[in-house]
Amino acid sequence: MRRRDFLKTMGAASSAAVIPFLRFLPAEAAGRDDTLVVVSGNGPNSMDIQRKGTNRPSYQIAVNLYDRLVGYSTKTLANGSLMYDYSKLEPEAAESWVVSPDGKTITFKMRKGATFWDGAPITAYDVKWSFDRAVSLGGFPTVQMKAGALEKPEQFEALDADTFVIKLLRPSKLTLPDLGVPVPIIFNSELAKKNATADDPWATEYLHRTPAGSGAFMLERWDPGQQVVYKRFDEWKNGVLPGISRVIIREIPSASTRRALLEKGDADVSLEMPPKDFAELNASGKYTITGVPIENSMISIGLNLNFEPFANKLVRQAVAYSVPYDQIFKQAAFERGIPMWGGKSLTPATIEWPQPFPYDTDYDKAKALLKEAGYENGFEVPLSFNLGLAQWSEPMCLLLQESLEKVGIKATLEKIPGANWRTAALVEKKLPMHIKDFGGWLNYPDYYSFWVYQKDRLFNSMNYSNPEVEKITDITLNMEVDDPQYEPNIKKLLSIFFEDVPLIPVYQPYLDVAMQKNVTGYEYYAHRQLDCRSFGKVSA
Amino acid sequence: MNRNDKLRIIFGRLMQAIPSIIGIIIVTFILTRALPGDPAVYFAGPAATEKSIQEVRVSLGLDKGWLEQFWIYATSLATGDLGVSVSTGLSVKEELIRRLPASLELTFLALIFSVGVALPLGIAAATRPNSWVDQLCRLVVTAGVSLPVFFTGLFMVYLFYYILGIAPAPLGRLDIIYLSPPTVTGFYTIDALLDGDFETFGAAFRQLILPAITLGIFTLAPLARMTRGAMLQVLSSDFIRTARASGLKRSTVLYSYAFRNALLPILTTLGMVFSFMLGSNVLVEKVFAWPGIGSFAIEALIVSDYAAVQGFVLAMAILYVLLNLTIDIVYTLVDPRVGLES
Repeated sequence: MRRRDFLKTMGAASSAAVIPFLRFLPAEAAGRDDTLVVVSGNGPNSMDIQRKGTNRPSYQIAVNLYDRLVGYSTKTLANGSLMYDYSKLEPEAAESWVVSPDGKTITFKMRKGATFWDGAPITAYDVKWSFDRAVSLGGFPTVQMKAGALEKPEQFEALDADTFVIKLLRPSKLTLPDLGVPVPIIFNSELAKKNATADDPWATEYLHRTPAGSGAFMLERWDPGQQVVYKRFDEWKNGVLPGISRVIIREIPSASTRRALLEKGDADVSLEMPPKDFAELNASGKYTITGVPIENSMISIGLNLNFEPFANKLVRQAVAYSVPYDQIFKQAAFERGIPMWGGKSLTPATIEWPQPFPYDTDYDKAKALLKEAGYENGFEVPLSFNLGLAQWSEPMCLLLQESLEKVGIKATLEKIPGANWRTAALVEKKLPMHIKDFGGWLNYPDYYSFWVYQKDRLFNSMNYSNPEVEKITDITLNMEVDDPQYEPNIKKLLSIFFEDVPLIPVYQPYLDVAMQKNVTGYEYYAHRQLDCRSFGKVSA
Repeated sequence: MNRNDKLRIIFGRLMQAIPSIIGIIIVTFILTRALPGDPAVYFAGPAATEKSIQEVRVSLGLDKGWLEQFWIYATSLATGDLGVSVSTGLSVKEELIRRLPASLELTFLALIFSVGVALPLGIAAATRPNSWVDQLCRLVVTAGVSLPVFFTGLFMVYLFYYILGIAPAPLGRLDIIYLSPPTVTGFYTIDALLDGDFETFGAAFRQLILPAITLGIFTLAPLARMTRGAMLQVLSSDFIRTARASGLKRSTVLYSYAFRNALLPILTTLGMVFSFMLGSNVLVEKVFAWPGIGSFAIEALIVSDYAAVQGFVLAMAILYVLLNLTIDIVYTLVDPRVGLES
């Protein structure tokens, strides 16, 4: 929103000179009880998550400014931090829903009395238009919808203003949870259609700059590259009204500056700092540092099977035995994560995911395996990492390089700039040995396998393929978790991951957030963005 | 030379710049595309498939041949359309209009600071070689060159904001409680003054001080060195000796005779320093969260955001042309012997 629009919405004419309120946000804005000041390294580049090229920080717009049919409920972790519970859905714009006995249709009843910001009721027709948009635009939203078996407009039907029906091509356990991710948001379709053109039937240009939603927060300002300001939508009916009435999210590119702002009390929440800063702030005891293990995500080492030595399983295992796990965890990750090494057996005891792989640092074993594989004299291999993640991946690679040397493998470091990373690692899949940080949005091992282990998938940068993995992934992907076939299949799948190790997990990283002590209600989500709806502040 | 002649010459100079700008447009176009990395893959997002990458490529127009892409770029450029920056989601023109004033405002203030310190220091050092002032000048020059900008910046933040608490929070152009003044020039300080809003002027100015000094310290060095060197040379020349021998006042000799003659190399350095500051203060921008043009360009370059890189280079090229012209004109004012044709 531009300043002029802002003034208009405030009901003032272009002359601003008379109303002091317009010059300064109210006194408490800088701080205090009902305002939340967040500092973050990156800001949104669009108000529309379904647009092409929308960056990750823009997902927060979809989360806070829009509603979905359903949301997730909350669970409390052992350390007291809150985390969304994808296994339990909660009504959001839909009041209730019924899955037909054959599992092929889901019927939603829209919430009565809930409106968009402009007062128009949220109807099933809006949902229909929004879902049609998500599956028709192509690119990221379409792929994400497809993960939940939502592929074409014919699947969606608005029976009347209050009833919305999804017809499934095949029953899938991912469909309902996929409706709670940031993508399938409900647009104010009448407003959007008014701003659509013949060339742009989905109003992408309009919605890119102007959100048209019903979410708990409305957009007060967007200064691209600088800040976003949300204001609470007081008529919000789709959940508990947020305790915070204004959220100011400032882009502060330097992590050191973000830390200083938090320590001086000018910011309430600081995001995206290096693990070292979080570890130090945590040790100081003056701030709340919430570290939640990022679901379905592992920092790991990928071994490319197209690189000759790594085609041999024994060599891959040898590498897995020569990783200095403990050192990496302490010196590169500052222990902000959960160890993923030191598992007990090649056959997994549970289907918990991610879980430690049965490897540990053991140079003798590594040497023996290399000998058996005929690589007694070692070999040379380039070890690549994404320069954008150098903060932790560079020390990690240096430690790894040092320790591979001990078993005769000479690794040379290659730093690859962020933009080239995707092309080199994921599209061309040409990096022999590389650091991976993939995380899946839906927390199932079969979903992880779908993206990472199945042949030719984008994140299968290892060029790994195994007919059994293909088969098990395909059958478990749509299977309900309580299906008796699910557990034995997943156990089999995991034991293949363990034994074949095309991917050597090191740790499951934390998503760390640093907050002032009086800030409450932070909750972790798979999309890793702040859901400001649950925040609150305790008066100091 | 009468007024019309001057205008004609200025116009001629501007015309001369056109071929170089066309050259820059072509070279930038080719260079951006020669960069490694595929923007379609990058912008297709985290969960992209072959198909969605292809869709993005088509929508960015990258599936077309280079010549066709260039034709599209050149024709839209002719209508003043610089394209859309994919990474920031806004039109490049909009980005430049928003960010260039932020950078310029910072650069101007930094320049005022560094000129304000460097010239007196250089003159004082030249008039008293090997005195303590001269040593101080050496120290400042060495420190200015050898301290990296991000270090000075972080140190300033640490000292004046974190420890002493006298500087405002390094939150960018304005503190959280202020709203930007109505845009006239894009310079917050000037716009606030035009609006008669001294409160916002003060706030914007306070935000400027630390980054401007950080940037200024870095550019002090070449200016102070050049001033000292040029002054030393002029002060040892015959006409100064004559002026002194004729019993002219010390200040007249120093400022009217010596300084004016030493001003040309200083002006040249000033021009270079200015253009350098404008484009390369990325680190200052990062530390102080300044929404300037440098970090925009770097981010665009990293993600192969073609339109943004092209727009940035073009804007800078035009600025350089104008800057050089301005400096040349100032030359003729300072020293009538200098002709614009040369």
